[in-house]
Amino acid sequence: MKKRLLLALAAGLMMTTAASAQTLRIGLNEDPDVLDPHRARTFVGRIVFTSLCNKLVDITPDLKFTPELATEWQWGDDGKSLTFKLRPGVKFHDGEPLNAAAVKANIDRARTLPDSLRKSELTSVDNVEAVDDLTVKVNLSRADATLLSQLSDRAGMIMSPKALTSADFGQKPVCSGPYKFVERVQNDRIVLEKFADHWDAKNFNFERIVFQPIPDTTVRLANLRSGNLDLIERLAPSDVPAAKSDANLVFAPVSGIGYQGLTINTNNGERAKSPLGKDKRVRQAFELSIDRNVINEVVGAGIYPPAGQPFPEASPYNNPKFGPTTRDVAKAKQLLKEAGVDRVKFELTFGTSTTTQQIAEIIQAMAAEAGFDISLRPTEFAAMQKEAQAGNFDVNVIGWSGRVDPDGNIHAFVTCKGALNDGRYCNEQVDKLLNDARVTNDEAKRKQLYDAAQEILKQDLPIIYTYYQPWPFVHTKKVQNFKPYPDGMIRLQGVKFAS
Amino acid sequence: MLRYIGRRILIAIPTLIIVSLLVFALQKLLPGDPVLTMAGEERDPQVLAYLREKYRLDDPIPVQYFAWIGSALTGNLGISLRTDIPVLDLILSKLPVTLELAIMAMIVALAIGIPTGIISAVKKGTAVDYTANVIALSGLSIPNFWLGIMLIMLISVRWQLLPASGYVPPTEDLWLNIKTMLMPAFVLGTGLAASLMRHTRSAMLGVMRSDYIRTARAKGLLSRKVILKHALRNALVPIVTLSTLLFGELLAGAVLTEQIFTIPGFGKLIVDAVFNRDYAVVQGVVLCTAVGFIFMNLLADVLYVLVNPRLRHAA
Amino acid sequence: MTATAAIADEVALPKKRSRVLAKFLKNKSAVLGGAIVLFFVLAALIGPYLAPYDPIKPSFTSIRKMPSALFWFGTDELGRDVFSRMLWGARASIMAGVVSVFIAIVLGVPFGLVAGYFGGLIDAAISRATDAMLAIPFLIFAIALAAFLGPSLTNAMIAIGLSAMPIFIRLTRGQVLTVKAEDYVEGARAIGLPDFWILVRYVLPNVLPPILVQGTLTIATAIIAEASLSFLGLGQQPPNPSWGSMLNTAKNFMDQAPWMSIFPGSAIFLIVLGFNLLGDGLRDALDPREQ
Repeated sequence: MKKRLLLALAAGLMMTTAASAQTLRIGLNEDPDVLDPHRARTFVGRIVFTSLCNKLVDITPDLKFTPELATEWQWGDDGKSLTFKLRPGVKFHDGEPLNAAAVKANIDRARTLPDSLRKSELTSVDNVEAVDDLTVKVNLSRADATLLSQLSDRAGMIMSPKALTSADFGQKPVCSGPYKFVERVQNDRIVLEKFADHWDAKNFNFERIVFQPIPDTTVRLANLRSGNLDLIERLAPSDVPAAKSDANLVFAPVSGIGYQGLTINTNNGERAKSPLGKDKRVRQAFELSIDRNVINEVVGAGIYPPAGQPFPEASPYNNPKFGPTTRDVAKAKQLLKEAGVDRVKFELTFGTSTTTQQIAEIIQAMAAEAGFDISLRPTEFAAMQKEAQAGNFDVNVIGWSGRVDPDGNIHAFVTCKGALNDGRYCNEQVDKLLNDARVTNDEAKRKQLYDAAQEILKQDLPIIYTYYQPWPFVHTKKVQNFKPYPDGMIRLQGVKFAS
Repeated sequence: MLRYIGRRILIAIPTLIIVSLLVFALQKLLPGDPVLTMAGEERDPQVLAYLREKYRLDDPIPVQYFAWIGSALTGNLGISLRTDIPVLDLILSKLPVTLELAIMAMIVALAIGIPTGIISAVKKGTAVDYTANVIALSGLSIPNFWLGIMLIMLISVRWQLLPASGYVPPTEDLWLNIKTMLMPAFVLGTGLAASLMRHTRSAMLGVMRSDYIRTARAKGLLSRKVILKHALRNALVPIVTLSTLLFGELLAGAVLTEQIFTIPGFGKLIVDAVFNRDYAVVQGVVLCTAVGFIFMNLLADVLYVLVNPRLRHAA
Repeated sequence: MTATAAIADEVALPKKRSRVLAKFLKNKSAVLGGAIVLFFVLAALIGPYLAPYDPIKPSFTSIRKMPSALFWFGTDELGRDVFSRMLWGARASIMAGVVSVFIAIVLGVPFGLVAGYFGGLIDAAISRATDAMLAIPFLIFAIALAAFLGPSLTNAMIAIGLSAMPIFIRLTRGQVLTVKAEDYVEGARAIGLPDFWILVRYVLPNVLPPILVQGTLTIATAIIAEASLSFLGLGQQPPNPSWGSMLNTAKNFMDQAPWMSIFPGSAIFLIVLGFNLLGDGLRDALDPREQ
């Protein structure tokens, strides 16, 4: 009897401590922007949305689609429609039911809101039909293989239509995710609280999630080590040894679906009219002068796997044939000779972060040996975008966080009218191949098309890929079952504290 | 006196107008396109055009300026381009944080500056004087960010004594709040201690040279008592005035300190806004800082005249 | 600057120089400051010839090596010798301080002279503009200007110089107001000497001593400002070193390679301390009140 009482007491004590300790604190690399999935642009914003807003479909760690709000989906025979069956009984944080009408309202908003940043992702959508309460049919104006991947991200996040009418939605988002919005103090924290009526609530173990933006990676790690945080994203490679050697921490990196690369101005204005911009042999020589392993070892602490193509190794569209080239200074010099140039001068522009700066310095030193005189120009990121668009650059160091569908990693960057094609590279054949790959749902056929496109791109080299963007997460030993995803998002199903 | 204050306020008006012009011009000069920054990877021309129109970025610059200043006069500083949060709300929520940091730093600065100032005045010309001087100047000479990061590495990471960064409102946990602010306040305060020390020293020297202190000493009053009671009391006047002036400097110094310790105050708000091209925030916050600065200057001058009867006549 | 100081002495108080020098030499902390500054200036001038290694070329076989007989201050994240980089960086850092203050003085003093001497509307305009510039936090002003001009050492110097300019406008104006009331200036005006001549011949020399003091102290501030801008990525640009930019990359390796930050950090600290002590000593030596 006495023993039982003691046990009960002890259990009670443990429960109270456990309850107060059920707050997961996550250190982010920067402060997210507006908390409206249709109007947001930041990567960290997507991390917050992952806990806050459910989307139609989600992805698995090996980049397959998996049900979230939709339990199943079906392509129309001509590939021009996509029908979703919705999960029954799902509620928004404000208690409203999530049904076909709500999904229609959301996709329509993403397509028509004047400042929606999802428009380009949904250009193929012609209209959305609420077939019945739990069935939604998305009708397309053209076949679009990328649509499912778009709907597995912000474009597929469903917000409460009732809350959408309020003007300050971006400050008080209402979705249907496992956690609901509590408060935001800009530059300081975003607090979410467990949504008890979530359809999968039993798999979410924390009472509260607190996101804290701490831009300095050393300070972010310091907070993790001192116990003020439980989990941090994007550790800098320079901190990898410290994180690995700390017995209280778990280093959980994952190779991402994004890449870092060098965009070469081949066709955008006057500055494209240089040996580097005009002659692909000069670009090939430049690629051959770079040793990606040195970048990985010296700057990347071993977490910057060399890349030779836009598709990550985990992707079925990755082709080893287009893997990273090995350094060959003699061959580089030979190519320069063939191109009729002796030494090539150009400017390398990069964002003012210390890691990028180190990479730029290494490239400068390595390329010098092959005959390139590179001057370095660091630019603030905000200034870089405009200059890149205006063609005011020779070579830009640019990274891409990556998309699940291969199209998202290549189409906008190398097609003639691609929105993110800063170098204005233009090749009709490449355009045709990549456009065709967009409208085919057959994986084997798509792979053929991408391979054919890569065959050309590898010769023309409008972009020299350097390494795959890793997502190095670190968490304390207390956090269990955390699984890093290649898209860099933090999914909390099943994650819990050690008891 | 009232006329003096009135005149000072009148003078502040053109200054403020120039500040508003400067702030506006500065942010217009920043390279880059705020709309491209805002739109991220979305390059749909319709969206870009809409954003340009929404934030009136296509209007002629004078029109933009008057639109901004007009609504600012009615208390509307616009909304953050990045987060939709009204700039005024941001300012009101960040101000207490920076004020707390500034006040704590001021305490640190006074605690170091005044004693060293007194000691070196009393021991003028001795080794003690030079040592105090070098120590106080050392605080001024150490780069804030370097000291900050060294402290984080040592105190937070190695010894795990204080939190490395962040901010906890005092209403939530007062003790944790103080613990979090301790290092930043120290880093910021040491920089100001030197100014305070120098001024304390010269004010003390000035007072000690004056007739009545000489008389007091001649009367055989104990030296320590003379120093503390008479000299310091008189020297405090310029010190207090200076502290008010230094407050403006503290707000400026907070810029980097907040950046290092990730304190969500004014300084971090401005720097982030500059790098994110969040124009509404840059304009609003810098304008408010400038108003605060001008007000503190005014206060310092008025204080100075108030406690200084000779000047009151001149005014 | 020594030449202008000499004019000041000759015109104002012929016998002042020796007294000032004696007073300065008696002030031990000022002499210490002078010695530190001299040491670093020498290091900046001849250091590059003494540097044992190439400060720019990476060496991937010797990355982040501890200080040793081979590398006195260790090596950095790309295997470059920290000692050699510091010798080269001394130039950038000291130049940043001196040049930006030079810019501030060259622009600020004339404005201050004009405002103080002519008074009236010109004075009001210049003074209000000065107040306005001073009301914007120094570093914010510098950050915005540096961002506008684009990140580079030259632009950082311009940005710091412009941000420091109002201090000199205000100081000069204040000095001119005092000097203007002096008999010899009033006399010169009375006999109808041209304003420009009066300003250059009689006013300027008397304004210079406090400018010299403030200039020395502002060099200290400017060196820290350059380091701060570099710390935010807006100062000296890679691969060239400045102490501030060295600190910027070193901060990522505080734990594993503390030497990367300890040496440049200490160097900044020492030279800034040197300029502060020197400026302080000059102030005391030139201050007629402190006899």
